[in-house]
Amino acid sequence: MTAIAAPRPRAGIRLPGVSGALSKGLVVTYLSLIVLLPLAAIASKAFSDGLGSFWDAVSQPQAVAALKLTVICSLIVVLINAVMGTLIAWVLVRDEFPGKGIVNSVIDLPFALPTIVASLTLLTLYGKDSPFGVDVAYTRVAVVIALLFVTLPFVVRAVQPLLLSLDRDMEAAAESLGAGRARIFRQIVFPNLAPGIAAGVALAFARALGEFGALVLISGNVPYKTEVASVFIRGQIESDNIVGAAAVSVVLLAVSMTLLAFVNLIQKWGLRDER
Amino acid sequence: MSGERGLTRYGLRFVALFYLAALLLLPIGVALVKTFDDGIGEVIDQITEPDAIHALKMSLLTVIIAVPLNTIFGIAAAHVIVRSDMRFKWLIGAVIDMPFAVSPVVIGLSLILVYGTGGWFGADLAAQGIQVIFSTPGIVIAVIFVSLPFVAREVIPVMQEIGTDQETAAETLGASAWQTFYKITLPAIRWGVTYGIVLTTARALGEFGAVTVVSGNISGETQTLPLYVSKQFETFNSVGAYSASLVLAILALGTLLFMNLLRRRED
Repeated sequence: MTAIAAPRPRAGIRLPGVSGALSKGLVVTYLSLIVLLPLAAIASKAFSDGLGSFWDAVSQPQAVAALKLTVICSLIVVLINAVMGTLIAWVLVRDEFPGKGIVNSVIDLPFALPTIVASLTLLTLYGKDSPFGVDVAYTRVAVVIALLFVTLPFVVRAVQPLLLSLDRDMEAAAESLGAGRARIFRQIVFPNLAPGIAAGVALAFARALGEFGALVLISGNVPYKTEVASVFIRGQIESDNIVGAAAVSVVLLAVSMTLLAFVNLIQKWGLRDER
Repeated sequence: MSGERGLTRYGLRFVALFYLAALLLLPIGVALVKTFDDGIGEVIDQITEPDAIHALKMSLLTVIIAVPLNTIFGIAAAHVIVRSDMRFKWLIGAVIDMPFAVSPVVIGLSLILVYGTGGWFGADLAAQGIQVIFSTPGIVIAVIFVSLPFVAREVIPVMQEIGTDQETAAETLGASAWQTFYKITLPAIRWGVTYGIVLTTARALGEFGAVTVVSGNISGETQTLPLYVSKQFETFNSVGAYSASLVLAILALGTLLFMNLLRRRED
């Protein structure tokens, strides 16, 4: 392979000095003021009384219980999302039925609907006045349902474009060579969708870890039982234990940042495959 | 097509639709019916309560401030990330994504630590007579924070896609940087920008967690519409909570419809 690459122009045109510097300055200043400064304030507060009291704050039983519940529920939620999200994407791309367009647009509903409204509607169906007699309000099941609602679009929307661009000739070839459908899915379809599923799962996980609004009405916020990390932090703020709130926030932040880095890595991996 | 294959297809379709119905459509449908339990007159009374109107105005105010700021920022950020050869621009991309990954409650807490009493700028601001936390500026800043990434995230891929040929041509022909941007780049990215604005608006209207922490949730003062919903629910005025939710849901559905219209026009 000795394809001669055309001499590529420098990456993009360079903005002439003044306006280029201006927009760079604007972007960096805005980001620093709005995002970085406040997050730095959290980190600084969490360690303001030293490493020892940071550790005391995050290792107190109620904080540990809240963090554990958050992580376990989020893991359950992303597992369900990985399966159901892929399945829904598959049905939306490969199946044909009347009303498919509407179903496709409904997927984005959790992104558009305010989380407090989501919480209220879920409570109506799955609370004590449920018309179907399914009352799971103030239980851990309710936490999982609320998190499933808000994270629904991530995997679907990450897998859909990959499925659309997947070359169906490969599947046809495998089939004509005698591969069963399970095998075709396992060896051809799934490997091609994996980067999308992984990216969707990571985003859904990050969202689930921090969710607050969708949970407040339906989870009951019972310490040690249905109190997730964000609700615990809220409680600490209200009872004026700011250092404790900041310490648990730092733990959440660290996990989310790791996930974001992971998503970026996956995206680079996906791009490399395309070349 | 073999019978077995048809069966799998219907099975998958059934599972997908059942899941979506149980998670999305049924709850919303049941809540909608419940909203009108006491008749439409009661709903109208509830949403025309002075506190409800004030909360709606407050929500719209946050949108009017946050959306233009984040739109200008988003376009500038996309421009820097896609077109400039700045070092560390990947870092800018990573920071832009942060509001997606940080819990809204943590965002609220971080603003208290900067602008609240005892916060980094708290004393200085108080000396100037400016109250940020438990007041309107805090709510607006919180909304700006949570809705920051959308425009940038929508515009970046579009800008990568359109390439630089036309921009270079315009510059060769003597257009200034501003002219190039205004006449060439902006029209090419307009759908990305619009899409980003729609998402920013939806998020700004619906934000709850960050606003709860910084607002103090005072009826008729520092209450946005989502906060009003939770307050009504807590004070056992469920009709009020459902009615205000209906307003939010209509705004959300409008946003969703708009998004779909845009997507169709793009195709």
